[in-house]
Amino acid sequence: MNSSRAVLSVKNVTKRFGGLIAVSNMSFDVAEHEMVGVIGPNGSGKTTMINMISGLYAPSDGRISLKGRLISDRQPQAIAREGVGRTFQLVRLLPSLTVLENVVAGAVYGHRRRWGREAEEFAHDVLERVGMDAMSYAQISSLTYIDQKRVELARTLAGEPEVLLLDEWLAGLNPTELETGIELIHALRDEGRTVVLVEHVMDAIRSLCDRCVVMSSGAKIAEGTPDEVLSDREVVRAYLGDDDA
Amino acid sequence: MKRANWQELLWVAIIVVLAAFWPMLANGYWLGIGVDMMMYIALATSWVLFSGPTHYISLASAAFFGVGGFIVGTGMSDYEASFWSMLALSAVVGGALAALIGLATLRLSGVYFVIFTLGLAEMIRNLVSWIQNNFLGSRGLYVLTDFTDKHLYWMLLVTAAAVYLLGWIISRSRLGFALRIIGGDETVARHVGINTAMAKVILFTSTGFFGAIVGAIIAPRWSYIEPNQVFSPQLSFFVVIMALLGGSGRLWGPIVGVVPFLLIWNWVDANFPHQSILVLGLAFLVIVYFLPHGFVGRIDQLRARARGRS
Amino acid sequence: MLDILVSGLLLSGTYALVAMGLNLQYGVARIMNLANGEVLVLGALASFWLYTTSQISPILTVILVIPISFIGNYLIYRFLLTPLVRRSKTQGALEVDSILATFGMSFIFIGIMVSIEGGFFFYKYLSEPIQILGSTTSLNRLVAFLIAVLIGAGLYLWLNLSRPGIAVRAVSVSTEASGLVGINVPRISALAFALGGTITAVGGALISTFITLDASIGVVFTLKALIIVIMGGVGEIRGAIVAAVILGIVETAVATLIDPGLTLASAYFIFILILLFRPQGLFGRRAV
Repeated sequence: MNSSRAVLSVKNVTKRFGGLIAVSNMSFDVAEHEMVGVIGPNGSGKTTMINMISGLYAPSDGRISLKGRLISDRQPQAIAREGVGRTFQLVRLLPSLTVLENVVAGAVYGHRRRWGREAEEFAHDVLERVGMDAMSYAQISSLTYIDQKRVELARTLAGEPEVLLLDEWLAGLNPTELETGIELIHALRDEGRTVVLVEHVMDAIRSLCDRCVVMSSGAKIAEGTPDEVLSDREVVRAYLGDDDA
Repeated sequence: MKRANWQELLWVAIIVVLAAFWPMLANGYWLGIGVDMMMYIALATSWVLFSGPTHYISLASAAFFGVGGFIVGTGMSDYEASFWSMLALSAVVGGALAALIGLATLRLSGVYFVIFTLGLAEMIRNLVSWIQNNFLGSRGLYVLTDFTDKHLYWMLLVTAAAVYLLGWIISRSRLGFALRIIGGDETVARHVGINTAMAKVILFTSTGFFGAIVGAIIAPRWSYIEPNQVFSPQLSFFVVIMALLGGSGRLWGPIVGVVPFLLIWNWVDANFPHQSILVLGLAFLVIVYFLPHGFVGRIDQLRARARGRS
Repeated sequence: MLDILVSGLLLSGTYALVAMGLNLQYGVARIMNLANGEVLVLGALASFWLYTTSQISPILTVILVIPISFIGNYLIYRFLLTPLVRRSKTQGALEVDSILATFGMSFIFIGIMVSIEGGFFFYKYLSEPIQILGSTTSLNRLVAFLIAVLIGAGLYLWLNLSRPGIAVRAVSVSTEASGLVGINVPRISALAFALGGTITAVGGALISTFITLDASIGVVFTLKALIIVIMGGVGEIRGAIVAAVILGIVETAVATLIDPGLTLASAYFIFILILLFRPQGLFGRRAV
């Protein structure tokens, strides 16, 4: 990968919690319009990696930069303004606000900032894109799980991020919902967005990702197209254990 | 703090205009109660401005109030400054003090903030007494003005109205919306790009600013000022109780908290002076166990129920 | 100089004990108990009252205080605080509720104490001067220190060696994980809260032998205990001991060298430094 074209660049990043090394010396790049999957067994450090990119945790070592500008020493709010948007593994919406207000929240303080009527109109547009505009004035508590996930995605999109981080966005969906979900992410891909997604659903990874980074015990063990990495011996061993390799 | 609308502003304006006539109707004891009420309405409204949306419990009211009173006292007594210039200075010092405290504590969880404000008034009182005794010479401070209770009442009314108006404007601004998001989920707030610490510091600064103004306005009422009197920690607890009793969800909540509490308090204090502190304790327990959203919350609840029935 | 070290160190013994009590309540039961100082003053009042009315030695009072305050604190937790724990959805909501509820309790305690004794709790017990390392102090300070160390050491061993003690420590690390491994979290929390209150009341009985208290002084002790707990790191017993020694010595130094009226200001000064430079505490690992 030509690193000069990289939008997001992770270099030698390590995260230690006390004595525990959650992420160790990770490096990868994400190019513009590219969809990169971060995969690996449970507890391999994927979410910690995402949390460091979005600024929730500061890396113990290494650097993360967005379009050549260092972001790993900054606070989440500054990183969001620079253009990194994210969703959470367990949906985080604001139940005291309506659906529309939740999305407006993303539009007001994000990478591109809007206010008042303009922000509301834009929020409606984004809600329409994820198929939720009809529910604009509903209470959050009345939504199904997939609808909540769609609202959260809309909130993130409303900030018009340069890089979108999806942390297990498809997890917890039933088969019908999963289909809708995959379609939605396909649509993001067709729009040419730059996305990093942490995912467990292998079918989704094969059909969505241009490239995959595989993590195991906090370190990168493989990188390449989905087909390449999923046939890699070490990756299979990481997922299934030594006996099956 | 919900986004306030024009209708609410109109209602509050009408109440302010009506309240301005109180000194024409009442004098002596009842005018004095009016001054107390206006003082607590201004303090509690500025408390709600910050603590309502953020859920940070501030016990710093007494510290800001005391700073205001003490600056007016020192300035007028020792430096022959005018009341108005000292009022302005109090506001600036109160705001600056709040900003410094905010910068040190509001990056951290709410517990640190409560603990810090808990002893703040007492600590500043100790410091001020020490400075007075060792460097300024221990003298009483005299605040002699031509103001009567009537004037103080009107000044406090204007202050309370200004606090409300500021809150009304904030609730319709980006800052107000940001505070609602912070109150809901601070992690989300930061990830949508809100500088949460700065938003909290700005709001807390306004609390300090108005707290000091109220303290400065009250100073002429005492004529003779000593630190023990203006830095009374009890004041902070009064403000919290009245604000929560009314309900911190709305800016006008304190009005419905201050009036009944102050009337009950005055009655208990006059009849059972030694048991008055028990009332303070019971008020906290009543709020936590029976009125978690204050009178305003109860009113909203009843309204929702009535709507459900019709 | 040596005087400051000796009396600061003796003072820090009881401070550490009281901070241990608060640590159990906040670190384990997750209750920010702002009535902690009033519980301490209740212990002091018991000691004063029994000594002045019936000449009962404060050391005997300590033994009497233990079961009474344990039961009292257990009942408070069971009937007043458990409903708050149940209804709160987040740790933040529980903190706000428990802060307000314990404020309420603190004022009620003050009201009760004022009606028993409105003035200072002044009495003389073991106040004869003694020499330690060439510096003069009073016997009651030394005795209080020794008892505090004894109780603190007992608690430390209990927490590290006994089955319920280890359960208490497990809950302090993670309520959720402790529940998953079969620890009865509500019961352990109640036990920790009651134990914490007991230790605080004992600390109060001890302090009253060498510091004259009154009904409304509780908040100062709440504040000092909180500053010690934060300085040491929430849930860190060794941290609390080191922090108590620092606070005890700094306070004594400020009181002797500058002005006794500035002890609270010196505690605040330490507090500000901690908040600015090490908010997780000297020994804390937990991120804030």
